[in-house]
Amino acid sequence: MSQGLLDAQNGAQPSNDDTQPARGISRRSFLKFGVTVGAAAGGGLLLGFSMPASSQDQKTGRSVIGGDANEAPQSGVFAPNAFIQIDTAGKVTLVIPKVEMGQGVYTSIPMLIAEELEVPLDAVTLDHAPPNEKLFGDPLLGGQLTGGSTSIRFAWEPMRRAGATARVMLVNAAARQWQVDPASCHAQAGQVTHAASNRSASYGQLAQAASALPVPQNVPLKEPKDFRLIGTPAKRLDSPEKVDGTALFGLDVRLPGMVYAAIANCPVFGGTLASVDDTHTKTIPGVREIVKVDNAVAVIGDHTWAARRGVQALDIKWNEGAGAQVSMKTIVDDLAAASQRNGAVARKEGDVGRAFGEAKSRVDAVYQQPFLAHATMEPLNCTVHVRADACEIWLGSQVPTRVVDAAVAVTGLPADKIIVHNHLIGGGFGRRLETDMVTQAVKVAKQVSMPVKVLWTREEDIQHDMYRPYYYDTISAGLDANGKPVAWQHRIAGSSIMARFAPPAFKKGLDPDAVEVAADLPYDLPNQLVDYVRQEPHAVPTAFWRGVGPTRGTFVVESFIDELAAHAKIDPVQYRRSLLGKSPRALNVLNTAAQAANWGSALPQGQGRGVSVMHAFGSFFSIVVDVAVDQGEVTVKRITCAVDCGMVVNPNTIEAQVQGGIIFGITAALHSEITIKDGRVEQNNFTDYRMLRINETPPIDVHIVKSGEAPGGIGEPGTAALAPALTNAIYAATGKRLRQLPVGRQLQSA
Amino acid sequence: MTTFNINGQTHTVDAPPDMPLLWILRDLVGLTGTKFGCGIAQCGACTVHLDGVAVRSCVFPAAAVGDRKVVTIEAVGGTPAGQKVQEAWRELDVVQCGYCQSGQVMSAASLLARNPNPSDADIDAAMAGNICRCGTYNRIRAAIRHAAKGA
Repeated sequence: MSQGLLDAQNGAQPSNDDTQPARGISRRSFLKFGVTVGAAAGGGLLLGFSMPASSQDQKTGRSVIGGDANEAPQSGVFAPNAFIQIDTAGKVTLVIPKVEMGQGVYTSIPMLIAEELEVPLDAVTLDHAPPNEKLFGDPLLGGQLTGGSTSIRFAWEPMRRAGATARVMLVNAAARQWQVDPASCHAQAGQVTHAASNRSASYGQLAQAASALPVPQNVPLKEPKDFRLIGTPAKRLDSPEKVDGTALFGLDVRLPGMVYAAIANCPVFGGTLASVDDTHTKTIPGVREIVKVDNAVAVIGDHTWAARRGVQALDIKWNEGAGAQVSMKTIVDDLAAASQRNGAVARKEGDVGRAFGEAKSRVDAVYQQPFLAHATMEPLNCTVHVRADACEIWLGSQVPTRVVDAAVAVTGLPADKIIVHNHLIGGGFGRRLETDMVTQAVKVAKQVSMPVKVLWTREEDIQHDMYRPYYYDTISAGLDANGKPVAWQHRIAGSSIMARFAPPAFKKGLDPDAVEVAADLPYDLPNQLVDYVRQEPHAVPTAFWRGVGPTRGTFVVESFIDELAAHAKIDPVQYRRSLLGKSPRALNVLNTAAQAANWGSALPQGQGRGVSVMHAFGSFFSIVVDVAVDQGEVTVKRITCAVDCGMVVNPNTIEAQVQGGIIFGITAALHSEITIKDGRVEQNNFTDYRMLRINETPPIDVHIVKSGEAPGGIGEPGTAALAPALTNAIYAATGKRLRQLPVGRQLQSA
Repeated sequence: MTTFNINGQTHTVDAPPDMPLLWILRDLVGLTGTKFGCGIAQCGACTVHLDGVAVRSCVFPAAAVGDRKVVTIEAVGGTPAGQKVQEAWRELDVVQCGYCQSGQVMSAASLLARNPNPSDADIDAAMAGNICRCGTYNRIRAAIRHAAKGA
């Protein structure tokens, strides 16, 4: 039964206006479906088809997200660049080059544009940017990617410039119409005014005339003192629709004739499908067909439940392959052996060998960090319609152009025949920088005549993630008579994500992500050698995870600095201060956090306080954590942090990102660990891959340091800097130094 | 065919008796505000109200709904508690990615409907079944207090 007929029978509310396409589906694709579906299933079907999302939309009318800008603007629309469209009715549509996955860019980037464009923030509509490297690429990341806490660093200048350019053209259009000097006109709140003659015109009235003008180059930007939006707390533009259920994530796509697929992936990494007996599956009502791909079986059903029951009833034989031999012992033994080899040098200062020889004492340590799954709340999903001449894809992706590449590779269609409809993202954290789910969904959809929504269960999502690699760090320091580190040697062994994800960035055996933070510490270390040894975990796939290199690097170096302070019998904050003479911004956040946390004040028995400092993502960060440890159980009591992320765009977002990043970090530090046995992931769901819950969440005070520097990233620092402050606090409370994450049950076995 | 009262409307659908209410709402009725998160009642993303009581629809079979009234995120704003919660969520800018927030709002609305002035411990107890991977918990707590104040 078609979805349209199901909806009609089930009494879904018909749209008030059948000519209006549903939100989340562009006019272009709607028309295409009108043709293709109508032709395939009979013209009457479309008349009976309704989109519940559309009726919800009309009920609330609060959605800020208009579409996905897959179509070129219509004629008469003023579109001076890829980011701004103003129609003759005055409707302002902003095409946002970054994706919204919670980090607030669908508010902060509009703020940057609106600041210079001079439009009210609550009057704009937002479109997801379609795949287009040339228009929407981020030079910091080398492509149209959202990640690495770069969005505002990238957007800061070009988005203000885009707004200013459009404003200048609108002012010029008005001045020409009124035959006055543009300098005598003033733009504000979507209007151009000539005060001397008491004339004004709305942007809508000027749109057509402005379209005919040349685009000026290098228009001047406002001085920071003149900002009226930037630096003020703005409410999220996407908040209303996320509060009333009308926000559309990839998972929420509904299309005429759409069917649902559930997947059984080969449980062993690198394994393939041998055979499948679908006798029982075919007897389940609602199951339509069974589709085989290289490493998985998909069951196609009228609804998700039929498809999932169908998968459960399959009898599948897998070719497990060599991956089945891999377990944690193999992986960790490999890493330990790799750490004995010389690595690619990431940082070399002074003469480390001589400095160790002259040091008065020496501290050595090995740190280990586990595989981690992303566990985004929205499980992986991808909806695809493959036709003879085109392939259309609906999902939430951090890498829309890579989605196109993945579909080209499977379908053989030219790139301009792949249409990607990006959506709000129900959690990215790096998982949606990958396109494995797209490749698989397109392989399935190629065998199905209708649009098919492929949805992974939570178990599939955790067991077939691409994981934050297991890292194995060996680190040593030589201290002088005052306990200061005069020699520093740090070797990082682990998977190279860059070598796979961005091969040109992996040069001479060095992965710049794996050594980030470790190779550029804020501390004054006269003699240091930091190197990297690549060691892949066999078939276990690895990928970026929130905080990327700095998350792993900061845990090691900030734990180790704490070890050195303890060895020197110097207070951990004082010890760091003495090494931060050349990094005033780092020293400032440390002092701010320490003061706000009342560092040095007494704590009850069983409690401890720990600190960390980090410079990464263009920001400076310091966290103080208070913990209580009772019979090996850790409770995080309170967190105080200070952040210097340069010029602030939206302080409201910064606080939210820092708190959220810290909570993400607490989850990982206390609980998260993916383990491999016989080539399989041992964890399944939130029962054995635990998330922090509200009752475990401490108060988190965020202090934003005033700064006139260029904006830094803020989505990841909280996560990256959290773990060492937490384990340093555990050390302060218990005297036990944890050199391995997660904390888990380590304190109970002690 | 089974008949459900969802958001004040009658829906008759062809659903097997073991089909969880979540998939009836999302796939058959087309109300996609209720989310799939874990499928085993561990994360709360699928929370809806049955006669005002918060339940996890991902494990709630169709056959067990009976004639109880189902209210989802799309209609909870029509209840006094739901409206206050949604207002507070907007006022305090709780959401980040937003995927879990339908469930958070439904759990908070159910809490306030039966306990208009919850303590922090009450809030923790009522909301501990709802996971937020973005970590909006501090603002969730503040928003529930805010909504209760406006009660």
